[in-house]
Amino acid sequence: MYIIVVGAGKVGWNLARELLEKSHEVTLIENNRRRYLTVEQELEHNVTYGDASELWVLERAGIQRAEMVIAVTGDDEDNMLICQVAREKYEVERIIARVNNPRNKPHFDLLGIKPSVSATDLILRLLEHEVPEYGLVHLLDLQEEQLEIIEILLGKDSAVTGRRVGDLQMPEGSLLISVLRSGKGFVPGPDTVLEAGDEVLAVLDPGNEEQLKTLFGPAENGAGSGG
Amino acid sequence: MFILIVGCGRVGSSVARSMLRQGHEVSCLDEDPESHARLEVGLDGGWEDLGGQFTVGAGLETDALVAAGIERADAFIASTDGDNTNIVIAQIARRRYEVPTVIARILDPLRAEWYERQGMHTICPTRVAIDMLESAVLEGAPRQSGPSDDPAEAA
Repeated sequence: MYIIVVGAGKVGWNLARELLEKSHEVTLIENNRRRYLTVEQELEHNVTYGDASELWVLERAGIQRAEMVIAVTGDDEDNMLICQVAREKYEVERIIARVNNPRNKPHFDLLGIKPSVSATDLILRLLEHEVPEYGLVHLLDLQEEQLEIIEILLGKDSAVTGRRVGDLQMPEGSLLISVLRSGKGFVPGPDTVLEAGDEVLAVLDPGNEEQLKTLFGPAENGAGSGG
Repeated sequence: MFILIVGCGRVGSSVARSMLRQGHEVSCLDEDPESHARLEVGLDGGWEDLGGQFTVGAGLETDALVAAGIERADAFIASTDGDNTNIVIAQIARRRYEVPTVIARILDPLRAEWYERQGMHTICPTRVAIDMLESAVLEGAPRQSGPSDDPAEAA
């Protein structure tokens, strides 16, 4: 695949190196002359000097035949617009943008720049995963499809331990898809009885998280799951 | 008309003063508090005393845009010193806040042209300078083209 990476900082340089190792064709674009010269010693003709905000620089890098553009500069406006131009003017099929300041994320969404990745988000996801008190972990968000998959760890005090899956009153637009118990996963049937320590995966419409949290949460929260 | 100007440099501040004098309501947003002083150059009184509004903040900050009144703006001018910032905030003004008139200053002629074709109202000072220089040169040198007209040939 021919991939253009913009921004030869730590992220871009390592990304380019990894992609080259995976036998992709890569052009890395860097607009700082000194940085370019440093990176060029290793990546040679795979790195080019110029401001990728400018259309002719992108064209010189061969954007017309690029299958993917990844913008990972330290500047959010640059990343947004490089991706916007790549997709809308040059019809590049796949784009990925880096978000430096998470507060700019809505702007990426507004301009239709998807997917956009921010280090803060990634660390927050990890935090959710590593800190069990969080209760509910987002595993996958399918924004276009309006679906997400979450994981919930059932505590000893969970309102649903000892109950049959068939008896649970799952909120509309949600479905229990698997149970992880002692390191093994299985698809639960209506007769599966949930135990403390189970990790349950559910697919749901975004916005149903709170209802699920209440359903699977501690019993004294008034679980709201009469049945 | 309520006009919001983001980027209060030489261009932004001059437009702001002129619009205020013409009786419009004008709000300026700039990262640099010092740019307030530029607004008052040649004015008989303080910017606020004359009815102007000034907010310190970046054009990409939603809070700053709202504080500067983007939600009720009739016109939005993006005139910061960065093309990329202007292009992004012009799209925010248009798409998120549905400001009826949005104008972006873009120095890069190639991108100005492309975004213009995408429906953005752009002003490209570089393009204006190129056109003016070209016609100034032609007007200043009205003689018939001869062998010495081509610098490559003269060299």
